[in-house]
Parts: sequence; C-alpha cells; structure tokens
Amino acid sequence: MEPVVELVDVVAVLGAFPALAGATLTVERGEIVLLRGPNGAGKTSLLRLCAGLLAVERGTATVLGVDLVLDRAAVRPRVGLLGHSNGLYADLTVADNVRFWGATVGASADEVQGAMSRMGLAERLADVSVGKLSAGQRRRTALACLVARRAELWLLDEPHAGLDATGRDELDATLRSAAAASATVIVASHELERAGSLATRVVEVVGGQVR
Amino acid sequence: MLSVWAVSRLVAGKDLRVEWRSRIVTNQVVPFAALMMVMFAFALDSDTVLKRVAPGLVWLAAMFSLLVIVQRAFAVETADGALDALRVAGVRGAGIFLGKAMSLAAQLAVLELILLGAAIVLYDTQLVGSGVTLLICTYLTATAGLAFIGTLYGGLAAGARGRETLLPLLMLPVAAPVLIGATRATEAALGTQGATTGDGWPWIGLLLLFAVVFGAGGSLAFGSLIDE
Repeated sequence: MEPVVELVDVVAVLGAFPALAGATLTVERGEIVLLRGPNGAGKTSLLRLCAGLLAVERGTATVLGVDLVLDRAAVRPRVGLLGHSNGLYADLTVADNVRFWGATVGASADEVQGAMSRMGLAERLADVSVGKLSAGQRRRTALACLVARRAELWLLDEPHAGLDATGRDELDATLRSAAAASATVIVASHELERAGSLATRVVEVVGGQVR
Repeated sequence: MLSVWAVSRLVAGKDLRVEWRSRIVTNQVVPFAALMMVMFAFALDSDTVLKRVAPGLVWLAAMFSLLVIVQRAFAVETADGALDALRVAGVRGAGIFLGKAMSLAAQLAVLELILLGAAIVLYDTQLVGSGVTLLICTYLTATAGLAFIGTLYGGLAAGARGRETLLPLLMLPVAAPVLIGATRATEAALGTQGATTGDGWPWIGLLLLFAVVFGAGGSLAFGSLIDE
C-alpha cells in the first residue's frame, strides 16, 4: 500500500523565509506520528504543506496519492487540519456544526450521528450550543467534524493546548480510536511525554528539516 | 466534491441558522436602522424635506446597516477560524461567496422592507400603485448588488487588522453608485420630486449591471481572496 504522506527533499517558503529546507518524511496508513522540535523548526509549516496550503518550491510531495506540486488544492477535501482554533460556529449546536461540516462532503445523517457518537457527543451534548462547551468538548466537536468529513489524514497542531487533564485524556482516546479506524494522524506537539506515549513514531523537526 | 450551488445553499442555510439562533440582526441591527431613520427626522426637522429625501434616507440607512450585518457575518467566520477551516477543507470559494451573499440578501431584504415601512410612517411617504413594479425591481437589484459588494469586501477585510474601520473605507465608495441608482429609481417609483416611473427604469439597468458584475466577479475572485 502506498504511503499516505511521502515528502522527499521538500523546500517551501513563507514570504522570504525558508519554512522547510529539504524535509523528507514518509508516513504509512494508520500511523500516529509525533513531530517535535523547537519553536520555528517548521512543524506547523510541515502540517500546512501536507494540507495543501503551502506551495512546494522544490522536491516531491505526495499526500493521499495527490501530487502537491501539480495540484495541492485537490488534497484539501480529504485532509483535516486542526490548529489552535476549532473552526466551529459558537451560536450553533454541536449537532448543527457536525452536520454542516459533514455536509461539505455529502455525509449522510447516519455518518453525522456516527461521528458524534464516536466522540461521545451524541447523547448529552448534541443540542448544546458550542459557545457553552468547555475547551475539551469543543476540541472533541472539532474532531467529530473531521470524522464526519471523512478526513483520511488528520493534521493536528498542538491539539492539547488549552485543555485540562480530563480534556487531554479524552483527546488521546479519540486519536487512538481514529488511528484504529485507519485514519492517519500527524501531531505537532510540545507535550512530549503525552504525545510520545500516543505516537507510533516520533520525528524530530529542526531548521526546516526532518530527522 | 459538492457543486457550487450545493455549497452556496449549505453556507446560506448555515448563516441564516446562525442568525436565527443569535437574533443579532433582529435585536440589534433593526433597532439601529430604525434609530437612524428617527435621527434623520430630528436632524432634518422638516416634513417637506423629509418627504422629498425619504428614498435616499432609506437606502442610506440600509447601507450603513449592511456594514454592521457584513461585519457580523464575517466575525462569525473568523471568531474560531471557521473561514480558514472552510478554505482548508477545499470548499469551493464561489459557493462560499454566493451562499454568504444569499444570506446577506435575505437579511437585507427584510431590513429594507422595515425601513420602507418606517419611511411611510415617519416621513409620510406614499406608495403609488403604478410604481410598485419599479419599486420591487429596485429592491431586488439593489439588494443583490449590495449583498454581492458586502460579501466581497467583507471577505477582503475579514483577515485584516482594523477590519472594523477598513470595511467601510473599502465598501462605501464602491457601493455609492448602487446608493445613487437605488435612490433615483425609488424616487421614480414613489413619484417624489416630480419623477415618473419612466425615469426609474434606466437606473434599474445600472443596478442590474452592478449586481451582475459583482456577482460574477465575486464568484471568481472570492476563493483567491480568502486563500493564502
């Protein structure tokens, strides 16, 4: 089976700044890969490149079989990128949000309900406005939206940030469950101990390169 | 991938659901617009003058209220990175543009009806039977034009610093011809200042042109506008 992510000597820039300086990375289906490294190392840039948001200046980059050099926009509907924000509408309920994001890929009502159930949202929280949720519950709602969107590759940038211990445990359980259901997860995190126990593989990012 | 039309229905439905739940336009923008109409009456303080300029005041109040509605429409998208998430998810930019414009147009149409009602009550404006068709055409074309302009510039200003002051600076000069056209056509429909319905139809042409140009242009440009 071909890798989900295959980057070979990828160079990418942000303005005049070299965000990635020859990054090489292969990620197989079902892996949970932890990217760790200092601030400014290129972890976020790597995630955004895999999401089709950053142009490849040099090298080859294939994500989910899509050549990012030729058409990086084509990979976006199949990838879920979760940064510091959750992409939710505070005035809408959990169910409204998951339904909306599922509808962007034509998900059925059963798929939406299944996504909420998987994240433990279906019974008590479905009709609660997102604005009234805790940080951990919002994060779970955002992940339910990724499930409803049938995202095959989850790119998570500091997903534990802002969560209490309970929220972090819930998130870890969710990520393990997602990987078990054959989603592939790449996590950039400073929570080395926690993310390290979660990951199937740890990768160092330093100076825009992967070690 | 969903078609542009499917995306636009999805986004419009979502925006209207957000408004239904939050009632910001109903509870805040409508009173703001009504207050403007009252303040105009205080400032001009002459029934004759008010009756003469009522069409202009209605559209002025509509435009200023539109600024608030557009700010709100995009604040909802940027508050938790939802617009970014839409872009990241590969949702068609043209669909997002048309959906948000449809939602804006629906809210604006309701507001304009209320403003017209306020003008009838406060400024003694009278509806003339022969001008109803022209009035309806004015409302449809001007509303579409304003909704497209508002969505385009709302998207442009959404990620910018100082967007609260940037949006009026960008939007008002572009919307000025719509204000002029809508005012003149409404005057003709209502028969104010000696205008007849025949005087109004050329202005409909201008309003239609604006609606088509900004509708088409916005559909093509919006995706790039919100992209990195």
